[in-house]
Amino acid sequence: MAEPATPAAPAPRRASHPIDARLVAGAVVIGALVLVALFAPLIAPHDPLEQDLLYSMLPPSWQAGGEPGYLFGTDSLGRDILSRLIYATRVALTVALIAALLAAAIGSLLGLLAGYFGGAVDQAVSRLIEVWMAFPPVLLAIVLAAVLGAGLSSVIVAIVVVDWTRFARVVRSETMVEREMEYVASARTLGLSGVFILWKEVLPNVAPLIITLVSVEMGIAIVVEAILSFVGLSISTDFPTWGGMIAEGRQVVYQTPWLLGLPIAAIVVAVLGFNLMGDGLRHALDPVHRR
Amino acid sequence: MGRTALLRRLLLVPPTLVGVAIVVFVLLRVVPGDPIAMMIPPGASTEDIDRLRAAYGLDQSIAVQMLAWFRDLATGHLGTSISLRQNVGSLILGRLPATLELVALATLIAIVLGTALALIGAFYRRRAGEWAVDGIIGIVVAIPDFLWGLIFILVFGVLYPVLPISGRLDPRLPVEFTTQFYLVEALVTGQLSVARVLLSHMLMPALALALPLSAIIARVLKASLAVAESADYAQMAKARGFSRRAVLLNEALPNAAIPTVTLTGVQFTFLVGGTVLIERIFSYEGIGNMAVDAVINRDLPLIQGIVLTFAVLFIAINLLIDILVTFLNPRLRRG
Repeated sequence: MAEPATPAAPAPRRASHPIDARLVAGAVVIGALVLVALFAPLIAPHDPLEQDLLYSMLPPSWQAGGEPGYLFGTDSLGRDILSRLIYATRVALTVALIAALLAAAIGSLLGLLAGYFGGAVDQAVSRLIEVWMAFPPVLLAIVLAAVLGAGLSSVIVAIVVVDWTRFARVVRSETMVEREMEYVASARTLGLSGVFILWKEVLPNVAPLIITLVSVEMGIAIVVEAILSFVGLSISTDFPTWGGMIAEGRQVVYQTPWLLGLPIAAIVVAVLGFNLMGDGLRHALDPVHRR
Repeated sequence: MGRTALLRRLLLVPPTLVGVAIVVFVLLRVVPGDPIAMMIPPGASTEDIDRLRAAYGLDQSIAVQMLAWFRDLATGHLGTSISLRQNVGSLILGRLPATLELVALATLIAIVLGTALALIGAFYRRRAGEWAVDGIIGIVVAIPDFLWGLIFILVFGVLYPVLPISGRLDPRLPVEFTTQFYLVEALVTGQLSVARVLLSHMLMPALALALPLSAIIARVLKASLAVAESADYAQMAKARGFSRRAVLLNEALPNAAIPTVTLTGVQFTFLVGGTVLIERIFSYEGIGNMAVDAVINRDLPLIQGIVLTFAVLFIAINLLIDILVTFLNPRLRRG
């Protein structure tokens, strides 16, 4: 997580470049989502699984027929939508964090090795990437989720297996640039081993890029989880997920449009937050922009 | 990309396809869920089940199954769909035109929208116009096609119902087609009212597919326009008294097109891959929608065939883009 977001705090005097506004905005959004996920039991007004058929398909409370106790209304089983949205942030953020970090670890490792050592290693990794890029990513994720069976870990594995190439491609080309730098040449003349140079010299220099990509990938992971839930291949439909709510909402969109609209809004907010943070991080961490 | 590099790319196509085929084949053999169990009527005897399994070759080892599949592929046969009991090749050929028409419309929208945004942003550089364009690009690029599709369904299908939200054609419409390219056929034969109905069904899914790509085109093209506009030839044209608009359109745009095509190529394959889900959301009858059904039904031959079709499409697109870049750039034309 980035700096604790305090937009009102005065920037350090010398900074003619104040903290990037996008970074702050993104961090505020993501920070809020993390708090919601952590304190879900305290915030949620109802049990997200509690059914009350007397109160089914209630519209949001500000519309005609709404109940004050159900701010965003209820679904066809009478479950409180606000509480389900709140609890669903837990699944979304868990998937986002674990999947993005794993994809980053695997993809960056392969990208570093291919970019630095070249030759047969690069050939092998590049061919693998080429085969992967020939798959439609969504279809590959759906097939994988079907292969692995329902469950949170399957969703995570599916995202990692599909998206490691995003990291491998970028890190590989960035490492090829770094390899030609003078600091790498001097490290080599000192007789340091390739693995040591990669770990201690090259990795810190490509790390800002990886961090930026992780932030964007977390947004992508949230969408992929929603997609798999939508197709019915994520975790069981009882436990609330944004994608599962979208799938339910799509089926009864004419009767209860809010059931579709609210989880979409939640995902859009989360994805925009991660993208803003990624953009902000890129500028904050890039020495050219930072000056 | 010179001629030798292009040739090398061509030589890499068969191994890539074989790689895709192997990955998908092995992946699908570990699928839990028996495709045969899904198609037998209740009360079928064990012998019946075994006979059915043998008929689809599912009783043999993975290696033998793969060899048989590759042998069939070499003769142009993709096998028989388990859930639909039809030839996979003809199933795909029947649905592919719908997907291709959707992709073509989406591409057209993405290019027009992206170019327009880039030109507006470049024209109003360092003014409110550019900030507005940057803001639009930032939002549009962050939201994936899947969400755009759902947002459109909600807004233009339900809250303000102006467009149909499912299917390719109004089922009540009494029209007969001789090909599967409905839109092309309707336009060629001059059935404009039919074409309008088809387009009204395609507009939302195509726009959903197009938006993310259009934002990326706009971002890359706008940056390339800035570079091109500061180049000698553009400065020269400006010094000779051509208007800002003329310099942008006649000098900067053709030169900025090359990096834009190169850098947006990968994104274009994402647009094509996005059809899987967008067709699902809009119940549009292309191969993407069929792919999701195939996965749900554990229809192994059909999944294999569709994945392979997409792989061929993706590789073809990447090659076409490389050729297009060579064609656009006069310096690369002589290999």
